[in-house]
Amino acid sequence: MKPRSMNSRRWLDVAIKTLSGVAALGGCFMLGWILFVLVARGAGALNWDFFTKLPTPPGVEGGGVANAIVGTLAITAMAALVGVPLGMLGGVYLAEFGRGTRLAAAIRFSANILMGVPSIIIGIFVYAMLVQPMGRFSGYAGSLSLAIIMLPIVVRTTEDMLAMVPGSLREAAMALGAPRWKVSFGIYFRAAKAGILTGILLAVARVSGETAPLLFTSLNSPYWNRFDSVTGAAQSFAQPTANLTVTIFNQAMSPYPDWQQSAWAASLLITFGVLALTIVSRFMLQRRNG
Amino acid sequence: MEKQSTNMDQAETINPELTGAQPRRLSMDIVIHIAVAGCALIVLLLIFAIFIELVRGSSLVFHRLGLDFLAKSQWNPVTGEFGALSSLFGTAMTTVIALALAIPLSLAIALFLVEMAPPKIATIVGGAIELLAAIPSIIYGMWGLFFFAPFMADRVQPLIQRFTGQFPLFSGPPMGIGMLTAGLVLALMVLPFMTAITRDVFRMMPPVLRESGFALGATTFEVTRKITIPHTIRGIIGATFLSLGRALGETMAVTFVIGNDHGIAASLFAPGSSIASTLANEFAEASEPLYLSALMGLGLVLLVITLLVQVVAQLWLGWMRRGRGGNA
Repeated sequence: MKPRSMNSRRWLDVAIKTLSGVAALGGCFMLGWILFVLVARGAGALNWDFFTKLPTPPGVEGGGVANAIVGTLAITAMAALVGVPLGMLGGVYLAEFGRGTRLAAAIRFSANILMGVPSIIIGIFVYAMLVQPMGRFSGYAGSLSLAIIMLPIVVRTTEDMLAMVPGSLREAAMALGAPRWKVSFGIYFRAAKAGILTGILLAVARVSGETAPLLFTSLNSPYWNRFDSVTGAAQSFAQPTANLTVTIFNQAMSPYPDWQQSAWAASLLITFGVLALTIVSRFMLQRRNG
Repeated sequence: MEKQSTNMDQAETINPELTGAQPRRLSMDIVIHIAVAGCALIVLLLIFAIFIELVRGSSLVFHRLGLDFLAKSQWNPVTGEFGALSSLFGTAMTTVIALALAIPLSLAIALFLVEMAPPKIATIVGGAIELLAAIPSIIYGMWGLFFFAPFMADRVQPLIQRFTGQFPLFSGPPMGIGMLTAGLVLALMVLPFMTAITRDVFRMMPPVLRESGFALGATTFEVTRKITIPHTIRGIIGATFLSLGRALGETMAVTFVIGNDHGIAASLFAPGSSIASTLANEFAEASEPLYLSALMGLGLVLLVITLLVQVVAQLWLGWMRRGRGGNA
């Protein structure tokens, strides 16, 4: 290696430092740019109608995306209802009952891999499994694909959080003669509650902004789902169900300015919803650790 | 691990008061054991189910077209021509552009966060960059289509062409949407992910290594290049694999800005399509069995690629973790 003068080494150092400072600022600038655009283009269309009315045909004033807001909430809630309990129980297996076994290692490995499977592939899978045999798109299919995306996240978070509980707690409970399942659910879960809740919130935040897995499962709809009775709601959830992200996709790709305007407002809503969930759960995690 | 389980066994056998209740309690334990194992098994089974379902769904196209499906680039649903190559090309190109940009940028940002910024600023800047990862991908698509693509068309692409002339890689009308823009938006999307991992592996390096470098009079850049990066290179490679997996399957943002044209052009300014964008655009419309099967085939190709990347990434990270345990 040829020796270089102190001066050129200093200059190189300053140049690289400047570059990385600029890169870091650039990253922050991009976040600022995207958020600014969302507020600038979307805030104007956030009015009472937006939250309470159905979408109108292009050119007709005063439509909203109320059905899509309710639909996104319903699809996400249904997904969490399936994904969260299954994921938590799976996590208990990895952290407790199956600890150290080959099977647990294989499941942990496949959970990591499933997290990396593109969400659009999950959408196609649910299409082939549920939509094709049933002969129609449905809110249930949308929920199922979101649940599949949540499952490995919840499994791994639950396992990690349970693993952080001190072993002495378990030994103390075992020494008192408590059965294993009681130790797992009564003691471990209580100790890891906050962490698991944070993980679930993060998983919900992630799937609630997903579009690709809903494109061919819940599709979209310009109408309300029925809510007059439980069976009515259950039946209408078996029909194509409106949701915010696919609505954004359809409206943004359309050539109509008023639809694009509505897409911006919906984007603003979903982004700040997801960011708020993310920040709240991060904050919870930090407070717990700190 | 071994030691703990023997402790537990002892606890169960020693306690005399509980011996009477033991059979019932054990069976309850077994029931719950099976229940939780069943829930965990779903994860494993899902991977196989997804794979089998896509193989089943795409069997028609592989049966009819054979390997032509993978070797040809013409994609015309009307005439029944289905070649995956153009979509595969688009996926590869956008991913390469994204990683070529995201790797050096994330190293630079990690350097800023770990070596340069005071802790408070590092927390704020690091947090802001992590928030980029929380923005839904369709928002990147909206922003990309309505703001970033026009910016590329009006400012960046003419500027590039002024310097490169009619160099084929940058030829053609500056439309904004196309491979390059899609690659750049992808880079922005994997950047927070890659930065977070790089920052964490930089932080995990024993401080004494850096400090001895500084003590010898090395500059910050020299310490980073000669000590930090070589020491953390395994982690950086792992982060690259994980980012690669993300970039390959990213759908909505790419669909908005890639232009959705089935062709293989030499120019990065030309519109194209990726596997994921083709699926997003065409899957809901595919009514012909062969068309649907061809799209399933595209999905299978994407699944196999991402599975390979993920398996390599996980094995690599596992090997890395064991290696670190051995060293310490």
